[in-house]
Amino acid sequence: MPALVPTSNAGSDTPPQVAARKARTGYLLLLPGMGWLAVFFAIPFVTLIVTSLQVPAGASGVYAPGFDIANYAEAITQYGNLYVRSFIYAGLATIFALIIAYPLAYFIAFRGGQWKGLLLVLVIAPTFASFLLRTYAWRTILADEGPVTGFFNALGVLPEGRILSTSIAVIAGLTYNFLPFMILPLFAALDKIDHRLIEASNDLYASPVTTFRKIVWPLSLPGVVAGTLLTFIPASGDYINAQLLGSITTRMIGSAIQVNFIQFRDYPIASALSVILMFIILIIVSIYIRRSGTEDLV
Amino acid sequence: MAEQRRVEDLHLRNLTKRFGDFVAVDDLTLTIPAGSFFALLGPSGCGKTTTLRMVAGLEDPSTGSISIGDRDVTGLRAFKRPVNTVFQSYALFPHLDIFENVAFGLRRRGIKDVKPIVESMLDLVQLTPLARRKPKQLSGGQQQRVAVARALINEPDVLLLDEPLGALDLKLRRQMQIELKRIQIEVGTTFVHVTHDQEEAMTMADTVAVMNEGRIEQMGDPADIYELPTTVFVARFLGQSNLFAGQRAGSAADAIKVASHGHEFTVPDTRNSAPGGSVIVGVRPEKMTIVDAGDHIPEHHDRVAGRVVDVSYTGVSTQYLVQTSWGEEISVFEQNDVVGDRSAVGDSVEVHWDRAHAFGLDGTGLSQENVETEQTSVA
Repeated sequence: MPALVPTSNAGSDTPPQVAARKARTGYLLLLPGMGWLAVFFAIPFVTLIVTSLQVPAGASGVYAPGFDIANYAEAITQYGNLYVRSFIYAGLATIFALIIAYPLAYFIAFRGGQWKGLLLVLVIAPTFASFLLRTYAWRTILADEGPVTGFFNALGVLPEGRILSTSIAVIAGLTYNFLPFMILPLFAALDKIDHRLIEASNDLYASPVTTFRKIVWPLSLPGVVAGTLLTFIPASGDYINAQLLGSITTRMIGSAIQVNFIQFRDYPIASALSVILMFIILIIVSIYIRRSGTEDLV
Repeated sequence: MAEQRRVEDLHLRNLTKRFGDFVAVDDLTLTIPAGSFFALLGPSGCGKTTTLRMVAGLEDPSTGSISIGDRDVTGLRAFKRPVNTVFQSYALFPHLDIFENVAFGLRRRGIKDVKPIVESMLDLVQLTPLARRKPKQLSGGQQQRVAVARALINEPDVLLLDEPLGALDLKLRRQMQIELKRIQIEVGTTFVHVTHDQEEAMTMADTVAVMNEGRIEQMGDPADIYELPTTVFVARFLGQSNLFAGQRAGSAADAIKVASHGHEFTVPDTRNSAPGGSVIVGVRPEKMTIVDAGDHIPEHHDRVAGRVVDVSYTGVSTQYLVQTSWGEEISVFEQNDVVGDRSAVGDSVEVHWDRAHAFGLDGTGLSQENVETEQTSVA
C-alpha cells in the first residue's frame, strides 16, 4: 500500500504553515471578546483607579489628577464599619438563600418530572418585575402596622418591635432578591446528578442521609459555589435593600458609594470605596474557591 | 476471598410488579440455587430488569415475596439487603477515586481497616495500579471491573448484574465474559445476570431462564434449552429455528408423525412438548444438510425440497436461505469443511435432517403465518 503512505502522513503531521494559520484564526476569534473586556472592563477599571487618586481642585465636584493615597485612608477610617456590615449582611443573606434554595432546587431536579420547566419559570418569574418595585413591595409587606410585623410581635420575638428599618428587613430583602441566582446554579448541578448513583449508594449500604452526605452534596458543590458567589458578590455591593428596607443604622457600603458619588459628588472617595470593595471581594472569593476545592470535581 | 462462605438459595415467590395497567413481572416463582451463575435472558421490556431491581430492593413488588435462605427480605430497604448490584453503565461515583469507590460499601458498614480488603479486591480484578485514579480516567473495561469489585467486596449473598457488558465492544465483551466467569468461580457467590444477549447468557451461566412478557418461558442448562426448546418464543429467541406448523397424524415407534404442507415429519416422543393435535416441528439450521435434488438421503432423515434464494459465506460456515414449495424460507448452516461444492442461488435442492434432531412445540393458536412472521421479526 505505498500509495497510501503520503496521504496518511499528511493527516497526522500538519505542515507548519497550516498550524500557523490555525493559530491566527484562534486569535482572530478571541478579538471580539477581548475588545469587549477592554472597553467595558479594563478601561473603566483604570479610570476608576485614576479617579480614586485624584485631588480636589477648588469647586465642589471638580478634581485634578494626582496621587492622593489619603482618599483610601479616609474611605477606610470613615466607612470601615460599613464594609464589615455589608459583608455580614451579604454573608447572612447568602446562607439563608442557600438554606431556602437547596431543598427547592433538589425538589425540582429530583421530583419535578414533567413540571421541571414550569417550576423553573416560576422561580425566575418574580425577576420579570423590576428589582426596585419588588423591594418597595416588601416595605408594604413588612410595614409596622402590617400582618407580618403584627404576627411576630404577638410572638414577642422582635427585639425592636418592628421589622421595617431594621437589619432583619435588609437581610430578608437581600435574601429574597438574590434567591433565583442561588436556585438556578444549584438546580443545574443537582439536575446533572445521575439517579443511578443514588441507587448505587443505596445498594452499597448507605442510608438516604448518608447518600446525601457522601454523594449528592459533594456532587452538587459546583452549584453551591456558583450560587453562593452569584448571591454574595452582588449582595455585598447592593444599596437598594439597605436604603428602602433599612435605616441610617443599617447602611451598607453601596449606600456610601452612592451618597458620595451622587450627593457629595466626591468622586475620588466613591472610587476608592469601590476599589476597596472589589479588592476585598476578590480576596474572599479566591480563598473561598481554593478552600471549597471545586476544581477537583466533575 | 477464596474461603468457603455459607451461601443460600434465592427464592422468588409469586412475584408480581405492575406499573399502572402494565404488568412488568407476572407471578414469577423461581429458586436460584446458591453459588450458581444464573442468567435471566429476554428481549427488552420482558421484565428481567424489573425482577433484578426488586431483588436489589430498588423497586417494591406489587405482590409476592423475595427471600434469601429462610430470611424474607421483601420489606427490607435496598441499603439493608445483603445483595449488591453491578449497574448497567456502572454508576461509579465520579468524585471518588477507584479505591474509595471500592471501599464505599465497607465504610458504610463501619468496617475500620478497609485497606487490606480493598487491596486484595483490586488485586482480584487486576486494578491495583489504578487505585488513585478517578473513574473518568479509566477505560470502559476497567470501569466495568471497578463496578464488579465495588459490589463483590461486600461479600453479598447474591450479586446482581444488570446488562453489565452492554456498553463494551464485542472483543472486550468476550474477554469480560471469561473474566466474570473466573471471578464467580473464585468467590463462589450467587450471580444473577440479566441480559438480552443470548450468546452471553449461554457462555457464562450454569442456568438460563428465558423471560417473555413478565413470565419465564423456559429454564435450564443452556445446552439443554438450545437443543430442546419447549416454546416457539424460546426456539426463535435462543438462536434460530426453522419451524413448520402442522397437525399430528399418527404415531411411530417412540415418535409422532406430523403432517405439514404435504410432508410428513417425525418428532421423537421425548422431544415433543405439544400436548394436542396442533404441532410445530422445529429444526435448528445447523442440524440441516443441503443436497442437490435427487441425491441420496440417509435413512431416518426427513426432507423438504426447495430452491436456494440466498447464500452467505461467513468463513466458518455458509448460510443458505432455501424457499420451500409453500413459500417458507428456511435457513441452513453448513460447515465449510469441504472445498468447493457449494450450492448457488437458484439451485433446486433438498434439505434433510436426522429425525432425532427435530423437536415438537405446541402450535395451538399459532398459524404458519404467525410462526413465520415471528421468525422474521427476530431476524
